[in-house]
Amino acid sequence: MTAFVLKRLGFAAITLFAVLTIVFFIVRVLPGDPALAILGDQASQSALEALRIRLGLDVPLYQQYFVFLGGVVVGDWGVSMVSGRPVIEEILKVLPATIELTVASLILGIVVGVPFGVWSAVRRNKLPDYLARIASLLGLSFPAFVSAVLLLLFFSIHLRWFPVISSGQGSGLADRLRDLALPAINLGLIMAAYITRVTRSAMLEVLNQDYVRTARAKGLAFAIIVWRHCLRNALIPVVTVVGLYLGILIGNSVLTEIVFNRPGLGKLIVGALNQRDYTMLQGMMVIYTLIVVLVNLITDLTYGLIDPRIKYS
Amino acid sequence: MTTQPTAATGQRPSRMTYYRLAIATVLSGLFNAFNANKTSWVGLAVFLIVALLAILAPVIAPYDPLQQNILFRLKPPSEAHWFGTDYYGRDTLSRILWGARISLTIGLLAIGSAMIIGTLIGMVAGYFGGRTDLLVMQVMDVLLAFPSLILGLIVVAMLGPSVANLVIAIALTAIPPFARIARAPTIAVKNREFIEAGHALGYSHMRLMFRHILPNIAPEVLVMGSLWLATAIRVEASLAFIGLGVNPPTATWGGMIREGFENILDSFWLALFPSLAILVVVFSLNLLGDGLRDAVDPRLKGEQ
Repeated sequence: MTAFVLKRLGFAAITLFAVLTIVFFIVRVLPGDPALAILGDQASQSALEALRIRLGLDVPLYQQYFVFLGGVVVGDWGVSMVSGRPVIEEILKVLPATIELTVASLILGIVVGVPFGVWSAVRRNKLPDYLARIASLLGLSFPAFVSAVLLLLFFSIHLRWFPVISSGQGSGLADRLRDLALPAINLGLIMAAYITRVTRSAMLEVLNQDYVRTARAKGLAFAIIVWRHCLRNALIPVVTVVGLYLGILIGNSVLTEIVFNRPGLGKLIVGALNQRDYTMLQGMMVIYTLIVVLVNLITDLTYGLIDPRIKYS
Repeated sequence: MTTQPTAATGQRPSRMTYYRLAIATVLSGLFNAFNANKTSWVGLAVFLIVALLAILAPVIAPYDPLQQNILFRLKPPSEAHWFGTDYYGRDTLSRILWGARISLTIGLLAIGSAMIIGTLIGMVAGYFGGRTDLLVMQVMDVLLAFPSLILGLIVVAMLGPSVANLVIAIALTAIPPFARIARAPTIAVKNREFIEAGHALGYSHMRLMFRHILPNIAPEVLVMGSLWLATAIRVEASLAFIGLGVNPPTATWGGMIREGFENILDSFWLALFPSLAILVVVFSLNLLGDGLRDAVDPRLKGEQ
């Protein structure tokens, strides 16, 4: 077990290091002079020079690289080229809003997706199965911003149930929930579509196992077999896929935050792209990589908790 | 249905025999897959209709997609303009038809190249195994770990929004999954007798990979191609929505929704119709690929 955890940690560290290196060079290859982008065309040569020194762009590339790696480790991610405030501060300010949104939609996705997937598998090739399959296929055909726009059109503009702009900064719990509702439903339903499909195919495989026949033969209630015996064994692929779909969830959260004008990493990265805020972009990529690597690690380690047969080797 | 060398006859089959057999293997694999799941035909039909409309856009579009008409700004759907007009008085239907060309071109080119490069990588990794396999797949996993929209976002922001750059950005995000898809069946096929026979006959690695393994893994790769084409079209629209699509005034679906979103309170049709267009295409491709996948997935065989 310890050896496995160490091995996974080692792999996570290597991945992190590799991506950080790629990120560093990608940001450096971006066309355009950052100093020029900040000060504009009218800036004097000396002002540009001074800013380059302040941003640490005057030293050789390899020195910048080590300064960058060291900075990432100690939490010094540089200052935003636009606002002048520390990058990590700006990121940490909006990170809770994005985490709140993704966790809420993940929970919604599981609560809706797992039961539908099980139901669909049990009623294989019957009407419920067809409906669940078509609905889930439709769900994952929606680009996140299209579904967001449609939800906004219907619930906020036509029915006026929810605010058109969710600030994400509401004072009371009720306000916060109201702000969160539509964005979370948007992301959650797409997630539910993915989860329904994996749960269905995982359950189909488990339902064909011998022990299921044995359990039925000894007269166990079908509901107990399905929910207590089969679902438990079908969970591994479901957890893997939820981990894998995190990338899709993150991409979709960017789009959702833009449509609902909700503060979060998505709005931050698009703002940074438009303003060519290189240090901010770099910081954003670091935080996304950290999140992805961390979730993959957690996913791997969860297997043992779900399935005691898995021995970490 | 495999393209086995006819070693027993002692005669080397001609080049044409190989190609005929290879194509027959791929086609029959796909045909069986289609027949196993009828919804695939529906998906294919809808997609082909959209593709046809896109090809015929210059002929059937009622207006020039770039033609502005200040007198007919933001008009709701009418007999003259079925899907209404936008802020500049341009006909929404015509723009959707022309936008289909951009979406399909970028999607097909990106997935086509990702399919070729990814399959090569996966096939080589699977065929040689060992360290090559470990190293290649580790790199692919690192790439796979990165959210594809974020990766696409960065690449397009870096290179600038043009059709070619969008193709590169989307292809980059789709290479790792194709490598994974191609690797698994390669490993399964390479241990079969006909490959061993090929080795015994002294065939080169290249010859075995391209003439004997490739036709056998092609159906699986093509099926995943249709699912990834759906993803590519979705990503292209998403990038355009963020503002990283092909530059205006060129009509793109994502860009139209972006513009329509600014007038959403009083002119909802501007965002609604391109949204439906994306949905129809992506859904048809998913319907197509999903049915086919059930059929080619060896784990589900015999259960149809």
